[in-house]
Amino acid sequence: MNVSLRWLEDFLRRRLDVKDVTERLAMLGAPVDAVEPLHTGLGDVLIGLVEEVRPHPNADRLRVCLVNDGSAERRNVVCGAANVTAGRKYPFAPVGATLPDGLRIEKRKLRGEASEGMLCSARELGLGQDGDGIWELGTEATPGTRLLEALPLDDHRLVVDVGPNRPDLLGHKGIARELSASYGTPFRLPVIPGSPTIEVPPVRRVGNSTDVGGVRAAIEDLEGCPRFLAAVVKGVKVAPSPDWLARRLEAAGVRSINNIVDATNYVMLELNQPMHAYDIARLRGPGVVARRAREGETVITLDGVERKLTPGMTVIADDGGAIGVAGVMGGSATEVSAETVDLFLECAYFTPAGIRRTRRALGLSTEASYRFERGIDRWGGVEALRRCIEIIGATAGGELAGAPVDVGPGPSNPSRIFLRPARVTQVLGVELPWQALEGYLVAIGATVVSKPEDGRIAVEAPSWRPDLLREVDLIEEVARMHGYEKFPSKLRPFRPGLLPDAPVERATAEVRRGLARQGFFEVSPLPTGPADGSDSVRLLNPLSNADGYLRRRLLPGLVRLVEGNWAKHVADVRLFEIGTVFTAQAGGERPREERHLAAVLTGHREPPHWTGSGQDRFDVWDLKGLFEAAVALAIPQGAVQVEGSEWIARDSSGRTVGRAGPVAADAPPWAAPLFGFELLLDPAPRLPARFVTLPSTPSSERVLALLLGEGTTARQVEELLERIGGELLESILVESDYRGPELPPGRRSVAFRLTFRAADRTLRDPEIDAIEARMLTALATELDIQRRDAGGPRGGS
Amino acid sequence: MPNPTGYSELDAFLPRLEAVPRLSVDQLATELIAVLGRKNGALTEALKSVPSLPLDQRKGYGAAVNQLKASFEAAFAARREVLDSERRGRESSGIDLTMPGRRRWVGAEHPVTRVVDEIVEIFRGLGFTVAVGPEVETEWYNFTALNFPADHPAMDMHDTLYVDAPPIAGEQGGRLLLRTHTSPVQIRAMLESPPPVRVIIPGLVYRNDPFDASHAPAFSQIEGLAVDEGISFVDLKATLAHFAHQFFSPITKVRFRPSFFPFTEPSAEMDVECQICHGSGCAACKGTGWMEILGCGMVHPAVFEHSGVDPERYTGWAFGMGPHRITMLRHGIPDIRLLYDGDMRFLEQFVPGGQRGGHPPTGGWAGGQG
Repeated sequence: MNVSLRWLEDFLRRRLDVKDVTERLAMLGAPVDAVEPLHTGLGDVLIGLVEEVRPHPNADRLRVCLVNDGSAERRNVVCGAANVTAGRKYPFAPVGATLPDGLRIEKRKLRGEASEGMLCSARELGLGQDGDGIWELGTEATPGTRLLEALPLDDHRLVVDVGPNRPDLLGHKGIARELSASYGTPFRLPVIPGSPTIEVPPVRRVGNSTDVGGVRAAIEDLEGCPRFLAAVVKGVKVAPSPDWLARRLEAAGVRSINNIVDATNYVMLELNQPMHAYDIARLRGPGVVARRAREGETVITLDGVERKLTPGMTVIADDGGAIGVAGVMGGSATEVSAETVDLFLECAYFTPAGIRRTRRALGLSTEASYRFERGIDRWGGVEALRRCIEIIGATAGGELAGAPVDVGPGPSNPSRIFLRPARVTQVLGVELPWQALEGYLVAIGATVVSKPEDGRIAVEAPSWRPDLLREVDLIEEVARMHGYEKFPSKLRPFRPGLLPDAPVERATAEVRRGLARQGFFEVSPLPTGPADGSDSVRLLNPLSNADGYLRRRLLPGLVRLVEGNWAKHVADVRLFEIGTVFTAQAGGERPREERHLAAVLTGHREPPHWTGSGQDRFDVWDLKGLFEAAVALAIPQGAVQVEGSEWIARDSSGRTVGRAGPVAADAPPWAAPLFGFELLLDPAPRLPARFVTLPSTPSSERVLALLLGEGTTARQVEELLERIGGELLESILVESDYRGPELPPGRRSVAFRLTFRAADRTLRDPEIDAIEARMLTALATELDIQRRDAGGPRGGS
Repeated sequence: MPNPTGYSELDAFLPRLEAVPRLSVDQLATELIAVLGRKNGALTEALKSVPSLPLDQRKGYGAAVNQLKASFEAAFAARREVLDSERRGRESSGIDLTMPGRRRWVGAEHPVTRVVDEIVEIFRGLGFTVAVGPEVETEWYNFTALNFPADHPAMDMHDTLYVDAPPIAGEQGGRLLLRTHTSPVQIRAMLESPPPVRVIIPGLVYRNDPFDASHAPAFSQIEGLAVDEGISFVDLKATLAHFAHQFFSPITKVRFRPSFFPFTEPSAEMDVECQICHGSGCAACKGTGWMEILGCGMVHPAVFEHSGVDPERYTGWAFGMGPHRITMLRHGIPDIRLLYDGDMRFLEQFVPGGQRGGHPPTGGWAGGQG
């Protein structure tokens, strides 16, 4: 909502400091998003009195004027405007002045005549569209006075952020009411300059149909339009608005059009009542009706677009069909034009839900629909209509044809809300005397019907506050009027919550820390992307097709990030993500959500160093090691296994919950191989590590260089060694994997370093020799594995 | 020349004492033995001869010898110090110690994660536990239970992404959508546990917003809910002000001003003093001196009614804030998309302690304009 500071000043009848108003509005719940000083570029412009006008000797269209600018000398000014008249005052830009459009006025010669300054049109001053002639000022100010001091131009536009619950703040009156409560000073409607020309008789309340000034006004759709006020004004003269009206609208960000349209817009901006004026001469038949649109009906709206209407929409119609979309936009056929003489004024209440439906169906949002949708003051129409008639009378003349009418079923009793002071204390935490409660409620315009004899106050909410429906709504008003700042801020004892921590969050935090320790950076790309298999979850209204689905896996998103890094010539990339993945379910079930962990790695294994270290790139063994580390973090009792040509992770129940391997990507030629893995994050609580007694006896080591045949795996060998080594075999380290021509064909040599230890005694060689012998026998018989040499180096520690 | 001792045979040592600062390493070792050696050192011999002197000469001569010995000891020590220091210099002269040290890759949690964790830790200290909920929600959980009137302009604040799936039947069902806030988890927490409830709810939320410098279609939110008997607006203010003082600084000014959310009433925004200009007004705070940090309010009775909590007996408060935005403020990040791009050069800037050693720690907002 654009608010003019001057307009508010007129309501409150006092000067307002823009910073103070901004601060107060923020603390009242209507923060000011921006403050725009208006017309600050006019500081150089003065009031100039043209004392003499004579023809230009060398140009028919130009005149030479003698301008009194308040200084001792008279300025010679060449002027091209036809309307320049001696004895009148105009805005005068002297030599050296800069106009809002950046034009700097210099002394120059025009067709041989010296010109020392410029007489300005409204358009040249950024004050409207009127550029036909120079701007004649009806001011009493003496020549030489600064224009900004002579005219109320130096306004501020406040862009107020109005919440959807406060439609009353969409008019200057509503904002003024709040400030009035804040300053503790009264407010009232500003005086209309030049009014009243028309004496407005009391509005006549009628049924659902009546005649006003020879035009039938009726409601046929009471659901969409429960109230319709109307008046007929005859004999108006449509013309540009006077300055005060045009300035007001412009300050509020609305373009001035003509005195009639501006009058309706003024009322909307002041009282939050959208109105519409119809040219009676252009009505087909003497009737204006609010009714449902008919099947197939169309209307061309003011913006020149033909709108297809449906029976769900409320329209304004004459005898020939729809002439406007009710509460959204009028039709061009009955629009007020320069030729208009007789007016039909509409001032209605349209039901918010209906307006919302209609403007969404039409994709057409307007100042009017915005206000109706939020709920205008249902009983504020009388004041608005009278105000509009007054402004038209003052600016366009004309006669009211009969009393204005109020069509509709009439008011019902306002509902009462009961406020319990004890409840106020319970919610707000401080006890407020009931006189204070009453004072706050009165300040917002509510009526306090009864004193709290039975422990509660009966309150009638004002009609411009459709948001006030129940007790808690009044408690908020009390808190707001009391001032949020006045409530104490004292930390008091509390009872801790009964819910335990979500296990998945604890598990996630642990995995995150673990992966960061491994040198990975956490990322969180958008969780949407293209389809990834038939069970991807599709979005109904995505922003783009590229983001039309919820992700089923994290890895594709990470690959896109790697490609993004490559595109910026970043070669060393290590990223991980923990996030939700979605899988569509059959049979009307909601999509399944799981938390996954995924990582990608490419580039140098460690930072390259000038000593020559760190030149290696990540390979599959880095991937496997990281995958094992990640599985240990993410899946308690999980295990990494080989499946085909990739590694998989299984959980304790044997279910496959993750995969690791090389990853395909759109890689530049210089890129190192890209690897990645993805696995399910098990939310099960992590058990703390158990302490194992530190060894107090020495260990012994043996190295077995074994010749493995095709198809025999290191894992098979390890399992056999573990089985035979039993408790005495503390650990196995694979030291090397060698293939070479000196080995028997089809064999490779894998060296295993075995560490033996007994917890209670020092192991002697004969005991280890015996185990080693059993191992070799079993290797030979079960796996057809021979030892490569006679015996490895022996040692102990 | 050192002062004469008064004894000619001792004065003969003085040139040798004077020569000590010019001795080489080897000469120093030889001279040390020659003068002070236990067996044949010249001064040692002189000292040994003292007892054999006549009684009247003994005292003066002994003192002179001892003084001379102390002088030699000091001179030798000083010379050794100089020679050692020269040796150290020579030994290192072949190595350029300014060459870079060997580092390892370091990783880091996402800057938004760190902000979320910090917030969670502060609320844990206030008796809160962490709760989470699904990201695909029904209309009931996301809107109805949170007192959004059906088809109301309040919904316009939440441009909703809907899921292409049949609506879920039942009272708590409706169309499936991507949650537009973490508030549905409030409902789930209250349905799950009777009061007292104190939960902190981090999570991703979705809006049908175009991806630009200040908007993302998915972003983090963190929500808190406290429900018990006797909880009031005073507790809301006190707890959230305490949070601000923990998260920012103990002297950070806070203010609460009225706002609107369908699921709280009274509703408020909490502002903190602008962490860049500290209240004097700058571009970051649009000249107001304040920064909007979180929305909050007393739980609306209608929300309690939907969650099986007696609104006459219990009261509660809730808040929500955007860690992405707070992260941007804290680090001076101008474009939210940087938080999604996974650019290594960006991520490396947020390694605790700094990846390249030169980064200041990211402790508070004061250094946020980096």
